[in-house]
Amino acid sequence: MSGIVSYGSYIPKYRIKPDEIARVWGEDPESIRNGIYILSKSVPSPDEDVATISVEAARNAMMRGNIPPRDIGSIYVGSESHPYAVKPTATIVASAIGANFNMFAADYEFACKAGTAAMQNVKAMVDSGMIKSGMAIGADTSQGAPGDALEYSASAGGTAMIIGKEKVIAEINDTLSVTSDTPDFWRREGQPYPTHGERFTGEPAYFKHTIGAAKKLMERVSTTPKDYKYAVFHQPNGKFPTRAAKQLGFSDDQFKDGLLTPQIGNTYSAAMMTGLSAILDIAEAGDRILAVSFGSGAGSDAFDLTVTDQIDTMDRKAAPTIRELLSKVIWVDYAIYAKFKKKIVTGDNIE
Amino acid sequence: MGELSRFWRESNHRYRMIAIKCGNCNEVYFPPRDVCPKCHRESIGKMQETQLSGKGEIVSYTIVHDAPPAFMRQRPYVLALIKLDEGPTITGQIVDADHGALEIGKRVRNVFRKVREDGKSGIIQYGYKFVLEE
Repeated sequence: MSGIVSYGSYIPKYRIKPDEIARVWGEDPESIRNGIYILSKSVPSPDEDVATISVEAARNAMMRGNIPPRDIGSIYVGSESHPYAVKPTATIVASAIGANFNMFAADYEFACKAGTAAMQNVKAMVDSGMIKSGMAIGADTSQGAPGDALEYSASAGGTAMIIGKEKVIAEINDTLSVTSDTPDFWRREGQPYPTHGERFTGEPAYFKHTIGAAKKLMERVSTTPKDYKYAVFHQPNGKFPTRAAKQLGFSDDQFKDGLLTPQIGNTYSAAMMTGLSAILDIAEAGDRILAVSFGSGAGSDAFDLTVTDQIDTMDRKAAPTIRELLSKVIWVDYAIYAKFKKKIVTGDNIE
Repeated sequence: MGELSRFWRESNHRYRMIAIKCGNCNEVYFPPRDVCPKCHRESIGKMQETQLSGKGEIVSYTIVHDAPPAFMRQRPYVLALIKLDEGPTITGQIVDADHGALEIGKRVRNVFRKVREDGKSGIIQYGYKFVLEE
């Protein structure tokens, strides 16, 4: 059966606390912290973007699995912050990892679930025999308008999953998606910041799709929450995935290891995939994992995975673990954050 | 367009640190050279591509405070002479570092970063930079 052969993540080193953002915009830090349960978020350095983050995640995945670039038959990069409107990030990643000229590549877009949509397509290509193995990347340097609620959560990070049929460390037993036309969050062409439907983003969008996809998948594979060691969900803040997990019947022990948003914020296309990466860092053979992403607009991709014996032969420390990436931090204040994120209007003497 | 074609032509060594090894004297050159400056005509036809590890150590470094426009958001930034494990010594930017932690002899490894943007509508140039090995 096809599944994850290797995985790698990258999280920028810089962090800002919501208290600092709240201080600038005159909001109550306590109510922000309690409202969204985010204690800090990652900030990309001025020389980082989705291409650089994707390349670092891809290199980590190849290093961990000791996978040569010639084995990669496809590269799909899911993001809502691709550096170019026209010129695929996948081409830059392919060149930077030394992939074959003869290869499938494209960029995907489906808000925060573009990376998991890429995982599904790579799996389908592997299952159909089109490719031996391929890479799906979810990466973002997400945008939040100054003073907007999103500014407290929108962060940066990326995860690459290599999917194949040989030396599989986590079999993808099954996957499905749910999709509807729900205007919970969007960004029009040419606009620098997205718009969200405020409270509308909860029940009709995140919860309906995430819980709906999780239930449908568990029904299809005849499982209940008790069958899973771990569960990971899209995590736009710390509260939504916790509530979704509890509504589905999962306990804290099952979802705490994949919940990273309180430390790094919402990495959008990378959010669920990076949570899954954190679980794969510690999972043991036989562990079953339920992983459900959510993308505004809206839809969810659900995955039922089983960790195999192969994980014992993998040197998981050959690439940085999520725990290591979380421990390397440089704190910045709002002024540095605004400078890094190009939120300050500059003269001609600055690019 | 000259800048664009040069960037494209050099992407192998800028993206992946592909060097050139002289098949005559085994000296490694980075950035790549067409002819070995030691072996001259003896090296013609013997220059082979080789993959660098991207690891090395700081030979010397400076902290740049008077930055060109493309680096104003990173000011002050660190430029270092780095002796790569395969032999060549190159100039590279060290990023994400506490400047107090910089020392001659410290180990570094390469990372993939944005080097410059050709205005708001031009090409984005990527390449190698370095971080301290932890």
